Amino acid sequence: MSDWMMLTLVGADRPGIVSRVTRALCGVGCNLGEASMLRLGGNFTIMMMVATEQPESALRAALAPVADELGLRLHIDTVNGELHQHLLPNVQVRVSGADRTGIVADVTEALAAEGFHILELESDVAGDSASPLYIMNIQGHSERPVERLVEALAGLDARGVSVDVAAIDLMIG
Amino acid sequence: MAILDILKLPDPRLKQVSTPVEHFDAALRDFVADLEETRQDGPAAVGIAAPQVGRFERIVIVDCSSRPKTPNHGNLVLVNPEIVHWEGYEMGREGCLSVPDYTGNVIRATQIRLRAQDPEGAVHEYEMEGYEARAVQHEIDHLDGMLFVDRVVSRRTDLYQRKTYAKKKKSKPAA
Ligand SMILES: [Zn+2]
Repeated sequence: MSDWMMLTLVGADRPGIVSRVTRALCGVGCNLGEASMLRLGGNFTIMMMVATEQPESALRAALAPVADELGLRLHIDTVNGELHQHLLPNVQVRVSGADRTGIVADVTEALAAEGFHILELESDVAGDSASPLYIMNIQGHSERPVERLVEALAGLDARGVSVDVAAIDLMIG
Repeated sequence: MAILDILKLPDPRLKQVSTPVEHFDAALRDFVADLEETRQDGPAAVGIAAPQVGRFERIVIVDCSSRPKTPNHGNLVLVNPEIVHWEGYEMGREGCLSVPDYTGNVIRATQIRLRAQDPEGAVHEYEMEGYEARAVQHEIDHLDGMLFVDRVVSRRTDLYQRKTYAKKKKSKPAA
């Protein structure tokens, strides 16, 4: 049977990381599933699901030369993964405000208290170093109406954090 | 009446351009009935296009009437549809019966004026907006061999701010 492994690779960003890593995995017969590959603060980060009948040691052996050469740290977890397990987001929350400690915790705590399920969160720091601006976009699933979430987050407005909650309307055709 | 098989990517026939309908006969109306039954059989589809079931003629069905708070024209059978005017644009999330288990953000015109024939051949014009206009644009794309996956801007966060949800006051934080 085919098992899923979650591979995490992180290292200083440079061109060619994705092609080298995926070619090495292809060489040992791995199939790639869902993946997220992103540059974060000068590092390149890869998290990907890999289906394989190979033992973990075989993956490590295949990736070792590439990881060494490109300076990538590798972490492997065996996971109970399956494809086609997508939960569709129905609400999007946009947050921006002066960068300060606790902004993410404040927003996500308020959401968690409403049973909001975060499916994806991305954040960035814009502006300049004198007055950084924190920007965060969250997509998630909520059983409760948007109005209710707006209310739950209302307190943050007064603290200089701008929050926008909107429904994500999926159109299937 | 019958439920028809839906073509799924990577079936190359989905890239085929459909031809205009010329005969408004009983065979057309029978096909439309099957197409509607197929739409209703699927997972909450508000639209379907003839090429999705392997018939390469310019016929689509759109029906947004089951959605709350959505301006719509009811159940529409659009034959030889043509968008004659576009206005505004908006990002929104789409999925497709021909691309199961995948959704993505696509930019579409917010308002359209549409000209189309009905199954009897009579010409109608419609002014449409928002969700219904999006559905029509998605379906007409199918007639031109275009799939929404070719138009996905981002799978992630909708980059453009849409209608904000009833916020009482826009209080600007003191800078
Ligand atoms: Zn479609």
